Amino acid sequence: MSSRGVVWLGSPSFPDAARVALKDDQLRANLKRATGTIRDKRLTVAAELDDWEELRTAAEAIKNRTARHLDHYLVQLEESVTAAGGTVHWASDAAEANRIVTELVQATGEREVVKVKSMATQEIGLNEALAEAGITAYETDLAELIVQLGDDRPSHILVPAIHKNRTEIRDLFRAEMGHWGQPAPEDLTDEPRELAEAARRHLRQKFLTAKVAVSGANFACADTGTVLVVESEGNGRMCLTLPETLITVMGIEKVLPTWSDLEVFLQLLPRSSTGERMNPYTSTWSGTTEGDGPSEFHLVLLDNGRTDTLADPVGRQTLGCIRCSACLNVCPVFERTGGHAYGSVYPGPIGAVLTPQLVGVEQAASLPFASTLCGACYDACPVKINIPEVLAHLRAKVVEAKDGHTVEGLAMKAAGKVLDSPRLLGAAQKAAALGGRALARNGKIGRLPGPLHGWTDTRDTPAPPAESFRTWWRKNRESE
Amino acid sequence: MRIALFITCFNDTMFPGTGRAVVTVLERLGHTVDFPQEQTCCGQMHFNTGYRPDAVPLVARFARTFADYDAIVTPSASCAGMVKENHPLLAEEYGHEQLRRDVAGLVPRVHEFTEFLTDVLKVTDVGAHFPHRVSYHPTCHSLRGLRLGDRPQQLLRAVRGIDLVDLPAADSCCGFGGTFAVKNADTSSAMLADKTAGVLATGAEVLCAADNSCLMHIGGGLSRQGSAVRTMHLAEILASTEGDQL
Repeated sequence: MSSRGVVWLGSPSFPDAARVALKDDQLRANLKRATGTIRDKRLTVAAELDDWEELRTAAEAIKNRTARHLDHYLVQLEESVTAAGGTVHWASDAAEANRIVTELVQATGEREVVKVKSMATQEIGLNEALAEAGITAYETDLAELIVQLGDDRPSHILVPAIHKNRTEIRDLFRAEMGHWGQPAPEDLTDEPRELAEAARRHLRQKFLTAKVAVSGANFACADTGTVLVVESEGNGRMCLTLPETLITVMGIEKVLPTWSDLEVFLQLLPRSSTGERMNPYTSTWSGTTEGDGPSEFHLVLLDNGRTDTLADPVGRQTLGCIRCSACLNVCPVFERTGGHAYGSVYPGPIGAVLTPQLVGVEQAASLPFASTLCGACYDACPVKINIPEVLAHLRAKVVEAKDGHTVEGLAMKAAGKVLDSPRLLGAAQKAAALGGRALARNGKIGRLPGPLHGWTDTRDTPAPPAESFRTWWRKNRESE
Repeated sequence: MRIALFITCFNDTMFPGTGRAVVTVLERLGHTVDFPQEQTCCGQMHFNTGYRPDAVPLVARFARTFADYDAIVTPSASCAGMVKENHPLLAEEYGHEQLRRDVAGLVPRVHEFTEFLTDVLKVTDVGAHFPHRVSYHPTCHSLRGLRLGDRPQQLLRAVRGIDLVDLPAADSCCGFGGTFAVKNADTSSAMLADKTAGVLATGAEVLCAADNSCLMHIGGGLSRQGSAVRTMHLAEILASTEGDQL
């Protein structure tokens, strides 16, 4: 299974993929339990801070300011990182980023790299690109390891294996771990402690032998050149400290102006993502230090559609995303369909707005419609990204791209004409009342064929009453 | 105060009883209601489905029709939200200077029905009587769009004879979402199934809300399952009296 770019090429549209996912009862049970638990935890720890709303406002303001002066902060970051002994590389798209990382690994003479969870490298399909060059990338985040062993795709930003339960994971470990390194014990059970121990032993071998690591970054501070990764397991810290060469790939929007801005984000991120007051491991590094940690550090700054997104005054707020996944966990659509239905590295509400912007709306035309606009994501977002606003904005772009030459477009034009005329609306109401009553039994319209079958398969519809309100008004109030 | 009723095209066509109920309540409270006949639709369907330019004439029509009223009252949280949130946006994006000014002047005078009762008329007891077990579904547009809070519950709690029961997972979307229910019918149905299960768990005879569109969706699901639970706009509960049960 190959993942190229933000969108998995050949993925079905959201409604089709969702239809398949909805039939998987196990998946729905896994999702409901996982998102429900994390949702409640988030609400509890967010409520502990009496300045939660002020923190959100501050985060939004910092992100907006960063976006307005992104060129300035990126150049400053390059200067700071270089001064600290690192090397900065600029990648305009996925192919360029993959080429840079591959050449950096090749220059070390190594054929294996360890990786700590990085959405940016998933976005560009780095593992596949490295494999083509004969380099094996080992995922070390537990959930990413599960996804890699299963030749699977991540289905959640924070919990990439959220769609798997522990029995499925046990079976996967027993069947696949041996092909990648240290095998799982023969008698492995599905106890979480045993599963974690099997993963620990499997990964330890990699940590102790790897000379090159690839990481993502949660933030990078322009003033100090400090790069930062937050995580729960400590595997990231192993990758960040043990190897000789560290290559970090980050989207250009992850830069923050100053070190002190972290104060805001390190309160918001763990609470919003895992529902914890603080994550167990926060690793920061500025360039290289002799005799301590990697002796070579490379920072790859990835554009890949981000400056195009920045050019859109409504859509650019999406770049404020800190990948906490709070929007996924509160989204009623994600809760039913899971992440794979979005056909993208970035699933859920944020994926539905970020993906079409990074790859162009034509490439992900069904995603802006994969929402009821219920607004739960906007309320949950720690940086106040107005996801419903961006969804509606992108829907207009999808329609524009199709130039109105669709059945729906013609129907909308016709409806617009009727709705702009009280006379035509009155006539349509009479026709609907007659037609509806002809279709109805006992005052209800049941299953219908054609484009409305999706609606009528699961719902009855009341027949329109014989008398509209405006007719009633004319008879009962105007004549008085 | 010159009060105009904005019935919405959907209520006008499908749920005229809700409009009659709004008129009944406001007249009972001593107000005169006008219904400007030139009104049609707020343009929400066009806007939310991505047909923004097609919504602009409807924005202009709305601004023209209701320009002279002190208050424009509508029994739909989602249409009130459309006017308040998106009419200014559309006027800014496509309109001329005059339309922008007209819309900006009009928006503060547009009120969702329950908010109009509690915040403008300052009443919670509207003299209603409804001796039934009732549950309230806060629709997404009333909950997170207009931030109605517990205004609807304040009004319902003041109804004589009512047995108001909490809806489990009340703040979860029912899965209607306008054209979402057609474009993503399967996901919509899965969300609906959870919502109807919650409604049935309450043992309520009636489910009410401030949006008939969501109620038509939930009621349609209940009806297909053979349930006897009725869905009613809360205006109809507030219009009910001892002598005149709806």
